Amino acid sequence: MSFCDAAVLASLAHAKSERSRYAFMAMESNTSSSLIMPGEATATCWSCGTMRAVHFCSACGKVQPPVPVDYFTFFALPRKLNLDIALLEREFYELSRKLHPDLCARADKREQEWSLEQSSLLNDAYRTLKDPIKRTEYLLRLEGVELEEQSKTATEKARTTGEIKRQVVPPDLLEEVFELNMQLEELRAQKKIGEDDPALVEEIGKQKLELEEKFESLSEELKVYWNDWDSLIDSDSEEARCKARDKMVDLLNRRSYIRNLVRDVNEVLGN
Amino acid sequence: MTSDRIVGIDLGTTNSLVAFMQGESPVVIPGEDGLNLVPSVVALDDRDQIIVGNAARKYLIETPERAVYSIKRLMGRGLEDIREELKLFPFQLAQDLQAGEVLRINLGEKAFTPPEISAFILRQLKRNAERFFNAPVTKAVITVPAYFNDAQRQATKDAGRIAGLEVLRLVNEPTAASLAYGLDKKQNGIIAVYDLGGGTFDISILKLHDGIFEVIATNGDTHLGGDDIDNLLIKIAIDDIRGDANLDVSRNSEVVATIRKAVIEAKIALSSAQETALDVELPQGKRYQREISREQFEQLIQPIIDRTVGPCRQALKDAGLKPKQIDEVVLVGGSTRIPKVRALVEELFQRKPHTDLNPDEVVALGAAVQANILGGGSEATENMLLLDVTPLSLGIEVAGGVTDKIILRNSTIPASATQYYTTQIDGQANVAIHVLQGERELAKDCRSLARFDLKGIPPMTAGMPRIEVKFLIDANGILHVSAREQRSGKESEIEVQPSYGLTDDQVESMILDSFDYAEEDFRQRQVIEARNEADTILAALEKGKKSPAWGQLTSDEKKKIAKLGKALIGVKAEDDHQAIRKAIDLLNQGTMRLAELMMDTAVSTALKGKTMDEADMGEGSETGHPVARADFE
Repeated sequence: MSFCDAAVLASLAHAKSERSRYAFMAMESNTSSSLIMPGEATATCWSCGTMRAVHFCSACGKVQPPVPVDYFTFFALPRKLNLDIALLEREFYELSRKLHPDLCARADKREQEWSLEQSSLLNDAYRTLKDPIKRTEYLLRLEGVELEEQSKTATEKARTTGEIKRQVVPPDLLEEVFELNMQLEELRAQKKIGEDDPALVEEIGKQKLELEEKFESLSEELKVYWNDWDSLIDSDSEEARCKARDKMVDLLNRRSYIRNLVRDVNEVLGN
Repeated sequence: MTSDRIVGIDLGTTNSLVAFMQGESPVVIPGEDGLNLVPSVVALDDRDQIIVGNAARKYLIETPERAVYSIKRLMGRGLEDIREELKLFPFQLAQDLQAGEVLRINLGEKAFTPPEISAFILRQLKRNAERFFNAPVTKAVITVPAYFNDAQRQATKDAGRIAGLEVLRLVNEPTAASLAYGLDKKQNGIIAVYDLGGGTFDISILKLHDGIFEVIATNGDTHLGGDDIDNLLIKIAIDDIRGDANLDVSRNSEVVATIRKAVIEAKIALSSAQETALDVELPQGKRYQREISREQFEQLIQPIIDRTVGPCRQALKDAGLKPKQIDEVVLVGGSTRIPKVRALVEELFQRKPHTDLNPDEVVALGAAVQANILGGGSEATENMLLLDVTPLSLGIEVAGGVTDKIILRNSTIPASATQYYTTQIDGQANVAIHVLQGERELAKDCRSLARFDLKGIPPMTAGMPRIEVKFLIDANGILHVSAREQRSGKESEIEVQPSYGLTDDQVESMILDSFDYAEEDFRQRQVIEARNEADTILAALEKGKKSPAWGQLTSDEKKKIAKLGKALIGVKAEDDHQAIRKAIDLLNQGTMRLAELMMDTAVSTALKGKTMDEADMGEGSETGHPVARADFE
């Protein structure tokens, strides 16, 4: 995804502000003109002529043409990972009340198009940001991390096509995974001849539980890294930021690895 | 005002309804027969006229080859999808159908696609509404099962267009029901809508928050409903008859239709009675008689209604909720009248379901609420906004025949996803994209929606072009695709080949075909309207003749008026609305002076202290007095 420079500027400008609404910014701040996209977007509402807000005109309420911005910018949020979900939901509802196509059914064709695009952007942004993992993955992608090899689709593709997935076994899991894979292999073989050993099934089940616990604990661990990242938001130290970022990448990698492993186990156990 | 009159339509498998918002509450518009439900039955009579609704039902038994029911089951489906349906339903497919083609159903010697047959039902509803308003109706909100896929939605939209309706929104049935429920209750909380209708099952879980109706998860089965119960009972009856009377009636469509009627009556009876009897006349003077208890009935249908459990559990799981967290379960659809279904819902959600709403009407009422919202809202619907989801994941076929999901199910709509494509050989000008809908991993197990061809990619070395394809699911749950080659900035042309839909050209030509019927409708309506107006004016004229003003006219004037009146009476009997209008206009002009004189008399009478009513003014100026009309002309 590529963003116009101005949009990035806008998000940076906002990162320093706790105000979470573009619409208000346009009215309350004289510097708001710096938030407006040069070129493709005008500085006034196309309908009533008042200074435009990003998504809708704060004066007349008309939906504005969408501007390609990232999801954080869309909600006028800094690129922080700790997020007040209740507040996000409120914002989502409020923006829905302005942008949803149902409310523009009588508007002209052009505004209807904008409303469709704006509300799809709103929904996509909300869906991504409200989910802790999706939010983290999204932010990492914005920060230039190529997460494709960890992605679920890549794994699914590999599973079905029989290709080896480019997924590295997390070092701290190496031993366990090796043993579990052996046991799974054994159970598969037993199942083929219809004689599965209850003790083995139980043992694998136990390991699965442990993996699931580990999976859960990763969510807690992730929150620690979120704090690291968020505290560095205004930091000039590229090195510190990279370090915080890489920790999260590593954790997501482990997480998806465990998830796939649990799925494999479930498949063999047949539930 | 007239142009803003948007109706809400529930186009059901078994029954269809049209409703609108009257003041602050939605009401169902009855048909000419005074009934709210229009059975979704279409027949062709012996004069090749289309008959819809209650009037069409007798054809199901008398001339089954000229009648069709449950057409909704075939909407947006191809020949390959409906093998099971064909075993159970007496659909008569056209002989020359090809795989991948839109289905055509024979009605007598004619053949119609499912959207055309649905359009006949819609047109009947439109007519009912027009009769009710005495004005044209051209805009509608139509409901669809939440679990309808893109093709089924598109087919429904096409049906609307063919019927001459602009479909402003397709609304999911359970969501529509929640609107009607929410309008009533005005409470925040989590509700589940369990909708078991004639042919489809939906479960939707919603969060109601200060007027926002946010669907959290939905699931269902577009081929599960009361029809399945009927078919099971029919099959048992046919087997019984084969055993007891040594008769094979399975190919006798008239007998099957009679059995169907009987088992439906028995099914309905068993919702209140503990026992009922089947009694069907058979060929060769034989009879099929059987008693059935509620207990037996419940045992028989258990496997069918159990099929609703899986979707309910999945929806709860997707919503991340336990049954205990649901504040209310709302029942929708005629099949939820069955006590066993209610018991199942109660067990599943661990609470007594809400049964106050009329399960047959609530969806249409909700559609009317949504129509009102789209029309700009009113006091009652102020702040109400529906945020619905797409029921099925949208995917793209990638190498190895695998589905790469790009928009997951239960995503709030409108929703979009952007994918990037490139070329594999130097100078490649086209890229083919296969769009799928469904939850399965392999493309072949998902529903094929369409194949797109990106054309006109500028010649570049392999891998160089970066084609951005944007998939957007709109608020109707229908997919739109646009593409752009990013390096050249060139908009790529997309050729859409819907897998089982009608092309725009086909829909256009069906709209034209439908004029055979529609023009007739429209013309008849105009004649009726003109006649009504003529009657009003003639009545006013009769009153005028009795008023003192009449005496003030010259005999020439009186003669002329009498002649014009006679002319109008004469032309009124004919079917030419233009001639009637012309005669009305002439009479209007001819009575101008009479009207003025009457007005003067009325005014002077009033001045003398009498009221306008006592002064013989006819029925007041509103009821089409000649002068009133002349003034407006």
